[in-house]
Amino acid sequence: MMRAAPKSAPSLRRATAARRVAAAALASLVVVSGGVRAQSGSPFDGTSPARASYSASDKDARSGMDRAERTVDGVETYHVQGNVYMLIGAGANVAVQTGADGVLVVDTGGAAKRAAVLAAIRRLSSGPIRWIVNTSAEADHTGGNETISQAGQTVNGNPAAIIAHENVLARMTEANRPITELPLNTFFEPARDFYFNGEAVFLYHPANAHTDGDVFVYFRGSDVLVSGDLFTTTQYPVIRADQGGGVDGLVASLNQMLDIAVPKYLQEGGTYVIPGHGRVCDEAELIDYRDMVVIVRDRIRNLAAQGMTLQQVLATKPALDYDGRYDNPRGPWTSAMFVEAIYRDAGKTTSGKQRAAVK
Amino acid sequence: MRALVLCGALTAALAATNAHAQIDITGEWATKAHEDFDDRVPGDVQGDFTGVPMNDAARRFAESWDVTRVNLLEHQCQPYNVAHIFRGPMQFRIWTEKDPATQSIISYREYLGTYQQFRTIWMDNRPHPPDYVPHTNMGFSTGEWHGDILTVTTTHIKKEFYRRSGIPSSDRTTLVEHYIRHGNLLSHVMIITDPVYLTEPYLNSEEFVQMERGNQNWLYNCEYVMEVPMDKNKVPYYLPGMNPFIQDYAKKFGLPFEAVFGGAPTTYPEYEPKLEQLMKGR
Repeated sequence: MMRAAPKSAPSLRRATAARRVAAAALASLVVVSGGVRAQSGSPFDGTSPARASYSASDKDARSGMDRAERTVDGVETYHVQGNVYMLIGAGANVAVQTGADGVLVVDTGGAAKRAAVLAAIRRLSSGPIRWIVNTSAEADHTGGNETISQAGQTVNGNPAAIIAHENVLARMTEANRPITELPLNTFFEPARDFYFNGEAVFLYHPANAHTDGDVFVYFRGSDVLVSGDLFTTTQYPVIRADQGGGVDGLVASLNQMLDIAVPKYLQEGGTYVIPGHGRVCDEAELIDYRDMVVIVRDRIRNLAAQGMTLQQVLATKPALDYDGRYDNPRGPWTSAMFVEAIYRDAGKTTSGKQRAAVK
Repeated sequence: MRALVLCGALTAALAATNAHAQIDITGEWATKAHEDFDDRVPGDVQGDFTGVPMNDAARRFAESWDVTRVNLLEHQCQPYNVAHIFRGPMQFRIWTEKDPATQSIISYREYLGTYQQFRTIWMDNRPHPPDYVPHTNMGFSTGEWHGDILTVTTTHIKKEFYRRSGIPSSDRTTLVEHYIRHGNLLSHVMIITDPVYLTEPYLNSEEFVQMERGNQNWLYNCEYVMEVPMDKNKVPYYLPGMNPFIQDYAKKFGLPFEAVFGGAPTTYPEYEPKLEQLMKGR
């Protein structure tokens, strides 16, 4: 270490002898394990799709397109794994599954980029767009619904079917969205599944999480999760209490995704996760995000239980250790808004002193 | 005049060799842990935050850190990342991948015995990937020679720790390494920047010695299992002010806690008078 802490204090030196014993034990381990050859054909070859796809010419290994070819009006395409691609730059992330049966699209981005999203999909496949899944009613996830749906076709000749939880249809109807944008193929149960492009596709509805209409999607053959806004890498989770969201439901949804995700060696790769916003992740990032939400939630609840007002709670900076990573002080969703959402949520789950403070 | 021509020819020859004939760093290398031994081989004592320019966010994280969190299934097999792993006991191997047509080096490859990790350092001027691709424990590395010093820049690194005592690293870490060979010794210098958890670059250096008897690299198998019946969704942590171990290191070595937890200012020689003052007041 070139710049060390003041470890020259006498009391520091006293511990050295004991540590040498431990070092000797470790050294003996080295000798015991030495001389063994690495396994031939080891899967740990360090060439995950992410790394392998960044060759000198920047060509995507599956599509053969370089980065410029994979970009349409600011919307970029990235092959995640198996049949699944991610489109970046359209507002929320868009997932596209392609194959012999046609195209399935999860979320359609914001309205401003709908033409670019469609063009990007068309570069991936000329097959019919059969299905669209909305993970929530958010405008940046559903803004391209009409364009993508009208460009597609179900097997019986209608525009591509838009699937969502029934509460999404209710929210979008309340918002006076045109009928051509609405998800008219709805479900109300906790899960739905079907088979498309050679793999099972699962739609899961966690109750009362980001909103009351969330869906996350799992492509079982490709081993890719699409989380919607239940998980992002760009901000704290948005908990929309006005639309039935709640922090406990959010934590439950993250736990549910963790149950599905299986990592490869050293907690890396395996199941990949396309977040609502931000970069492709695997289980390691999902667990860190879950840990963060639980820890911040519990801190806020503890302070609320002591009778602290929202202002007092905010003054303690209960998310300080994560603000450098997830706070966006200029919005649209700040650390203070995240803290307030959890604080208000605490008032719904407890009583007495805490509820009085929350009011 | 002849001297001038000779000088020009020599310059041209040297310039030509620079592209292909830097010092050879390939081979099998083993930790020579004489420097910062206590920190690197036995490992840090719980509550050891010395030597790391941690910021307030890192301090808050460390205050909440419950080491039993690594028992969770999803955390059990998480290895040390590239910005941390060189600090521990390790054997590693370096070899090259060469362009068969030109024999120029396309990449250096490393096999790190600790946790059995592979790494590629690209030498062909390819760009680093965009932000949206997955991050990995080893990150994405590119290298370039400066004379006989190989300088490697790594981004796209998964979050991990600078210390097991709970000093976190973020996924926005950038690592710059310098590989400098002196005979059978390899000096490895790491300069880590992390806008999320560090106030200034975190510098470390390590020495590795070339192994005369090759391939003593370790193998590592990790299988995550529930070892103790527990709620699998429980997240071990401490509420602020409730961590009973936070001052263990300071107490064990009779140091003022503020000197242990103070971050960058405590890493400079200028801090010694203040430390002496604090020690006298105890």
